Amino acid sequence: MSSEPTQTDSGYWAANVRIIVISLAIWALVSFGFGILLRPLLSGITVGGTDLGFWFAQQGSILVFLALIFFYAWRMNKLDREHGVDEE
Amino acid sequence: MDQYTLNLLVVGATFALYIGIALWARAGSTSEFYAASRGVHPVTNGMATAADWMSAASFISMAGLIAFGGYGASSFLMGWTGGYVLLALLLAPYLRKFGKFTVPEFIGDRFYSPTARMVAVLCLIVASVTYVIGQMTGVGVAFSRFLEVSNTTGLLIGAGVVFLYAVLGGMKGITYTQVAQYCVLITAYTIPAVFISLQLTGNPIPGLGLFGDHFSGEPLLARLDQVVTELGFSQYTAQDGTPSSVINMALFTFSLMIGTAGLPHVIIRFFTVPKVADARWSAGWALVFIALLYLTAPAVGAMARLNLIDTVYPNGTAEAPIDYEARPDWMKNWEVTGLLKFEDKNGDGKIQWYNDKSESFAATAQERGWTGSELSVNRDILVLANPEIARLPGWVIALVAAGGLAAALSTAAGLLLAISGAVSHDLIKGQFNPNISEKGELLAARIAMAAAIVVATYLGLNPPGFAAQTVALAFGLAAASIFPALMMGIFSKRINNKGAVAGMLAGLLFTLVYIFLHKGWFFIPGTNQFPDTIQGSLLGIQSTAIGSIGALLNFVVAYFVSNATEDTPEEIKQLVESVRVPRGAAAATLDH
Repeated sequence: MSSEPTQTDSGYWAANVRIIVISLAIWALVSFGFGILLRPLLSGITVGGTDLGFWFAQQGSILVFLALIFFYAWRMNKLDREHGVDEE
Repeated sequence: MDQYTLNLLVVGATFALYIGIALWARAGSTSEFYAASRGVHPVTNGMATAADWMSAASFISMAGLIAFGGYGASSFLMGWTGGYVLLALLLAPYLRKFGKFTVPEFIGDRFYSPTARMVAVLCLIVASVTYVIGQMTGVGVAFSRFLEVSNTTGLLIGAGVVFLYAVLGGMKGITYTQVAQYCVLITAYTIPAVFISLQLTGNPIPGLGLFGDHFSGEPLLARLDQVVTELGFSQYTAQDGTPSSVINMALFTFSLMIGTAGLPHVIIRFFTVPKVADARWSAGWALVFIALLYLTAPAVGAMARLNLIDTVYPNGTAEAPIDYEARPDWMKNWEVTGLLKFEDKNGDGKIQWYNDKSESFAATAQERGWTGSELSVNRDILVLANPEIARLPGWVIALVAAGGLAAALSTAAGLLLAISGAVSHDLIKGQFNPNISEKGELLAARIAMAAAIVVATYLGLNPPGFAAQTVALAFGLAAASIFPALMMGIFSKRINNKGAVAGMLAGLLFTLVYIFLHKGWFFIPGTNQFPDTIQGSLLGIQSTAIGSIGALLNFVVAYFVSNATEDTPEEIKQLVESVRVPRGAAAATLDH
């Protein structure tokens, strides 16, 4: 493991943590927010015979989760290359 | 060809496939046995992870839970998928970079403490063993329903097949059988769902049909809400808006999420991909394959509930229900199993099915001469009965049987591998005999695997009375002990050995004691001090949701104990640094 470069590249880790915090904020907003706690606020928006909160609880949040993981993988693999810490 | 022969042929063919893969994918080294030589393609691993994760509970029980729970059961949908976001962002890439074989190994190395490793082994074994019991009983039930063999014979056949591919092939054999099992289970789940969606809404995609229009012209969910309330049940899509219930739902969902991310048999799947970047992609692919089932399940639940009501009340819920003698064949088939029961309480020969516990509906029921609900439906039969309800051909019924078995066997194999790795790698090599040879460890891993299968089979044949309750325990333990320790190990350099051990023990004991206080000590009925309801419970939180509080406690205790004691050594800080950057992951592979 001695060949590892840029061990002290704190910019890389700070950028990663920032992306994680933003992603998890969205993760919490669609599931705990729209799906559960904020559902009464969304009751006016009708989706297929029910309200938007029900859609987020049973379908929407899963779709957002998928988008988040693929976004994170794409963004981090790019960040790895920008900071020269990717695997050759 | 009769149904029995068809079932036998289809299930037999899938089992032959699994055994064929077992013979092809034999493991020759510990690296192959524990991590499939880290040569698994990320998409392949995603598919194997989906089968590993989706158990008999996902395949058989979840749609039934949603059908009878409506909106309230959304916790399972969000919780069991949302955990993958945590896994992908917070754990999988770093643990892959660490490049070892087991979850307790990371905890032991990062917290430079054999005690921490042993606590992790304990949590892993308790969580995995309780989980595997459910899979083994599921195998027995599926066999006895579809292949007309006794429960015991069915369980022994299933255990024999797992034995072959898990003991021979380890992670390598399990990975490729899980891929095959995923294909079987997703096909079996989707085909009946597509036909039911077509019959009810005209839309071939169940997830779209759920939010589409029923053939009567109204939206499907609006119609469902209407017919269930006309029978005194609570509205399907409605939320119990009392603050305590909303908070419990959020905490329960959170417990399921962090429990999912902390379950060792899922985490070790990400050790099998070649690179850190692959671990990130692979988590996404795993959720794609899981979502194919999880986006279909709520549609299956809602449509099955509506179908069932329309079957019992063919002329609408305001008119009389059908005569018992005129019931469809699928009801007769399931009556034989005892999972569907009719009792003619008012002696009129008709099937009245309504909510006899609803006080507001009692007057209507009395007016109509109803003296209690006469139909009881075990919610586990909905998925299995789906092809019969939709009048699909016999081979679809046979495929559903094979799918249920695939779901149970693939999860059982993953759990058994996690257990055998903890025993041979963490206990034997890590604790008792560090100088064990590569060959010796491989043999120990195989013996541990065989022993785990024997124990799981025994517990499957003689399930402890509390088997159903222990799934909550498995999630609670993973959530309260394993997930926080892993996350702090990666995201903090300051958490030291004492903090980690204190935090894990605090989370573990708090969660365990809280569950026992509400479910009974060691699940013995009647020994609980508090009723397991929101109002009656100690903290106003049901025991199924307590894992999230246990996890919080783990974080807090670990933080304060670490800050009150000495800093972590320099080499541990370097270990954390190296786990955080992807470069060098391939080198870690070559060490073995």
